[in-house]
Amino acid sequence: MLKGKKVIAIGERDGVPGPVIAECLEGGGLEVVFQATECFV
Amino acid sequence: MNEIGATRQPIRIGIDGVFFSLTHVPDLVRFGSKPAREIAADPGLAEKLASRLRAFAAAVAYAPHQVFIGNLTPEELRECRQPWYENPLDGAAAKGRFGDLVDQESLYALLAQADQFKLVSFDAAWASAHSNPFVKAKPGQLKPAGEIAALCRKGALPLRSGGQLAGCFEAGHEEDVNLGADILLENLAAKATAAHALKSLCASLNVAPSEIDHVLSSSEEAVGDRYNRGGGNLAKAIAEEAGCVNAAGADVKSFCAGPMAAMIHGASLIQAGVCRKVAVVAGGSLAKLGMKFQSHLEKGMPVLEDVLASFAVLLSPARQGQPCLRLDSAAFHRVGAAASPQGMAEALAEEPLKKLGLKLTEVDRFGVELHNPEITLPSGSGDVPRANYRTLAALAVMRGLIDKDQMEAFVRQRGMIGYAPTQGHIPSAVSYLGHALEGLRSGAIRNALLVSKGSLFLGRMTQLSDGCSFLVERAES
Repeated sequence: MLKGKKVIAIGERDGVPGPVIAECLEGGGLEVVFQATECFV
Repeated sequence: MNEIGATRQPIRIGIDGVFFSLTHVPDLVRFGSKPAREIAADPGLAEKLASRLRAFAAAVAYAPHQVFIGNLTPEELRECRQPWYENPLDGAAAKGRFGDLVDQESLYALLAQADQFKLVSFDAAWASAHSNPFVKAKPGQLKPAGEIAALCRKGALPLRSGGQLAGCFEAGHEEDVNLGADILLENLAAKATAAHALKSLCASLNVAPSEIDHVLSSSEEAVGDRYNRGGGNLAKAIAEEAGCVNAAGADVKSFCAGPMAAMIHGASLIQAGVCRKVAVVAGGSLAKLGMKFQSHLEKGMPVLEDVLASFAVLLSPARQGQPCLRLDSAAFHRVGAAASPQGMAEALAEEPLKKLGLKLTEVDRFGVELHNPEITLPSGSGDVPRANYRTLAALAVMRGLIDKDQMEAFVRQRGMIGYAPTQGHIPSAVSYLGHALEGLRSGAIRNALLVSKGSLFLGRMTQLSDGCSFLVERAES
């Protein structure tokens, strides 16, 4: 359903890092146009 | 296991004491990174922000602040009615067992005292009406009100006091943005608040500042130029301001993990015989003020990020019976290590314990990211300490140390509610140190593992996180 979609992946310091989310999404056929890990505190 | 761990000889460095300070600066919140940008985009926000700022008395009576300075324990905070900002503590004092709260006027005086470049000046009439123990005005620092207003029109930052223009802060260079008034105010605030913590620590321990032979600063500000914008050694400026005439200094930075990394560096200098007394300090982060002010305004709350937090800790060769840092437990998050919560917990909680032959369930308290959840929850940033404690508990389950249904008990017994202001490097483990020392001295706890993390990826130079950790215990034979 999401294959081929463009996505932005924002990870979180105390959660899942951006590169990990991106890797999972790319494995599912999505195109990650931007990924980053942020710190919200 | 590294060579130190392989020797199996405990390496202990004494922790003589610690001092934590909170400087309440409601009129500087607008200069925080987030408020400054948002107000520039929507000037009407300034008035809304000003209407939700707290008075000093409210900041003193705020339960998490009382835990931070040592008048209340983290365990006692659990019993305090929430929301804490609506339930001020009766009889709360600005002086704590290992810290204090400082008001804005005193901070202004500290800035004036710490300024060697005629950056800050005050309205002479305002200053004479607000004299306090810190005021030692230098020639030219007190000016007529009209001159202050004129400087502000030319670009100086206005320093207000309850709506009144009390002074201003000028740039250190006309063209270099890295010496702009906003940057230098951040840097001088870090210097002044760290020096205050260090002086207060020396006074509380009856140690002459001249006895300290090295100061390490883990403040996060980039002090520098021309043209080394982060050249550094704020530590030496702090040492000078605190009267440490025999000290050298250097900065140790790693985002929020900086203070813990600096303590490991300082302890190593002592272990190597290079130094006898090392002070590790950090000043308050002005840029972090009001970081979540919009969420607080939306929820009808006071703007809770209105304090600069600073600390100082003194390390020296361990004496029998005193709280100490187990240098042989020190662990760092390595380049090749995983960055997932589990990977971080393995590297920073399991690794130091492995070196000492301990298990997660043999640690009485974990000091982790101790951000006050009352500040972070309204913005959707979650309860950071709880998330960290649950990760540790889950790891204990995976290792077969506890059952899954014992996770909550693990979190409650070995963790705590967050109480530290969101001041970057301050909440990250080190803010538990005061209570850890008290617990170790009284025997309430046998040990504590301090685990800090740093968000290196924010600087856009690497995707990596960072972190370091060590165990504290009493020095026994």
